[in-house]
Amino acid sequence: MTSTASHPPAPAAASPPSAAPAVAVHHVDKAFRLPHQQYHTLKERALHPFRKDTFDVLQAVDDITFDVAEGEFFGIVGRNGSGKSTLLKCLAGIYDIDAGDLHVNGRLSPFIELGVGFNMDLTARDNVIINAIMLGLTRQQARERFDDIIAFAELEDFLDLKLKNYSSGMTVRLAFSVAIQVDAEVLLIDEVLAVGDAAFQQKCFREFHRLKAEGRTILFVTHDMSAVERFCDRAMLIEKGKIVDLGEPAAIARRYNELNFGRTVHQLVESGGGGAEERFGDRAAEILDAWFENADGERIVEMAHGETCRVCMEARFNEPIDDPVFGFTLRNDVGATIFAATTDLVHGPTGSFAAGETVVVRLEFQNWMVRSTYTVTPSIARPGLGADALDLRADLAQLIVHGGFYTGGVTNLPHAFEVTRA
Amino acid sequence: MSATTTISDRRRYGPSAFGDDLRRFVNLTLTLATTDFKLRYFGSVLGYFWSLARPLMFFGVLYVVFTQVFRFGEGVEFYPVYLLSSIVLWGFFIETTNGCVGCLLVREGLLRKMRFPRLVIPLSVALTALFNLGMNFIAVLAFALISGVEIRWTWLELLPLVGLLATFAVGIGMLLSALYVRFRDIQPIWEVLAQILFYGSPILYVSAEYERWEEAAVTLNPIAAILTQMRRAFLDPAAPGAQTAAGGAPRLLIPLAIIAATFALGLWFFDREAPRIAEHL
Repeated sequence: MTSTASHPPAPAAASPPSAAPAVAVHHVDKAFRLPHQQYHTLKERALHPFRKDTFDVLQAVDDITFDVAEGEFFGIVGRNGSGKSTLLKCLAGIYDIDAGDLHVNGRLSPFIELGVGFNMDLTARDNVIINAIMLGLTRQQARERFDDIIAFAELEDFLDLKLKNYSSGMTVRLAFSVAIQVDAEVLLIDEVLAVGDAAFQQKCFREFHRLKAEGRTILFVTHDMSAVERFCDRAMLIEKGKIVDLGEPAAIARRYNELNFGRTVHQLVESGGGGAEERFGDRAAEILDAWFENADGERIVEMAHGETCRVCMEARFNEPIDDPVFGFTLRNDVGATIFAATTDLVHGPTGSFAAGETVVVRLEFQNWMVRSTYTVTPSIARPGLGADALDLRADLAQLIVHGGFYTGGVTNLPHAFEVTRA
Repeated sequence: MSATTTISDRRRYGPSAFGDDLRRFVNLTLTLATTDFKLRYFGSVLGYFWSLARPLMFFGVLYVVFTQVFRFGEGVEFYPVYLLSSIVLWGFFIETTNGCVGCLLVREGLLRKMRFPRLVIPLSVALTALFNLGMNFIAVLAFALISGVEIRWTWLELLPLVGLLATFAVGIGMLLSALYVRFRDIQPIWEVLAQILFYGSPILYVSAEYERWEEAAVTLNPIAAILTQMRRAFLDPAAPGAQTAAGGAPRLLIPLAIIAATFALGLWFFDREAPRIAEHL
């Protein structure tokens, strides 16, 4: 199997939209030495003066090159230990790099995590001022912005409470409120959305949009793929210190999920039609076709909201397979996954298939999706948790849904109101 | 891009001891120091009194032992005041150096998550200790005036003396803090060295007008020179100053050179280690 890192990312997405990059990273390396025998004291050092230091080298960042344009919202995703945080720390000037070139044009926010330097024994009032000064504001500026910070965090009533009495959500709100006051042009943010309630997350998202609208450049490390798809202009997936893929957030998010669920054995292949098709799997089974059907079994490309819909795939087995897992993923026009189903969850064992057999799989559901354009990604995988993809063809068929109300949601579920005078 | 620009860019870009923004450097040092100071004084009801309690208790014990038991201070004018002021000054020195030893480890969270000049951390420790010295010196002044010490212009000499002491302490502090990141037994080693320095300096006793060069050599350690001069400037114009005790002004260059060399060595070493502190922790 060829490694996933070997294929070049889509050329259109690899270069940033504008000419002058806000962040330029060229062939950056960062390694950590992991000594086999660590001398922590002068005594040990003195007792073994001639013993050679042996160590393993952990290449945390390995020849990474990318540019981020001014005003871009750039996501960095990767599994734990993939080197994404190390990369961010190199960018932030916290770690010194071994080789390569780093350029950041514009003032860089000095924080990569929220609430750094918060002191639990001080009140929120004191912490805000201290934190703001650490962010690079003067004491004067910190005082001027104090009211805004507290108002944004909605913590007016808890100003004189010591931080150790704050809930973790309140602490994060406070930290986020201070962090967005920074005058930096380039922000590096590591894992901010882990805590905080839904309402505050919404507020953070709005704030992200505002920062973006103001032309700030944001580099954003996260595990939250929905956030990547929602905010990032581009994203980068790294694994073992190397760039695996760089491009459209939706594609990166998909790639990340596959990597995360152990489906690392896949390849991108060119489809016969000329354009690049995203396709993974070892082809022990091949998806031949996918389409949408109405309740009468007719193939359709458009459908009214609320009708019965079937999504189908036809596949051929090249090798005998027991209990393959068939799956469909429906995504809307912005690439957000609306609905996904696999046979292992609802259908159970699918039976044994011999080489050369073909199969048609149908998934019927009531179409409560709002009007938009949807695509289906059919997939076949081996059974088991870390199932290898046999075949996956992204966005193979398309369906336009019309009718129904436009409510702003992604679905419009059947519902009934009841208003009763008490 | 040529190799030279790459290296200079990295030098500018990576973490360093000084950073590139002096105002931020000063702001951060002040903020960290005042926060620590505030936590110490306002953390408990008796904040200020607790921080005074330690030197006062120490002073009380030494005073009883050396005036009532050993009769050390006989013939020394204002011996109790000298004892208290030397303890307070020594306290500043030891608070700075001991505080510096583990300071980088204590601030690990900041070092790993934030870009800022690394030197801020040991300097803020020294600054907190300096605030403390200021608070303690109020008590010393009160004690001195009650004991009948006259106010003199030479009291102003105390400022450069404290400045020299602070320079010496910060020099050692920078060296210790950077070393401690690599070697954790620096702490007990420094405790032993500090003990030697304590007894090798005129804290419990006072410097005399030494005749022989070997005896005068004792007063050439920076702390001894500073305390000896302090006694003359602060308490007793008739007492031998650093110059007399050392046996001539040229010899005073030795303690001054030690202070300068320690500071330079500490600064050089800290600056060398600064880029890698965050990852060695």
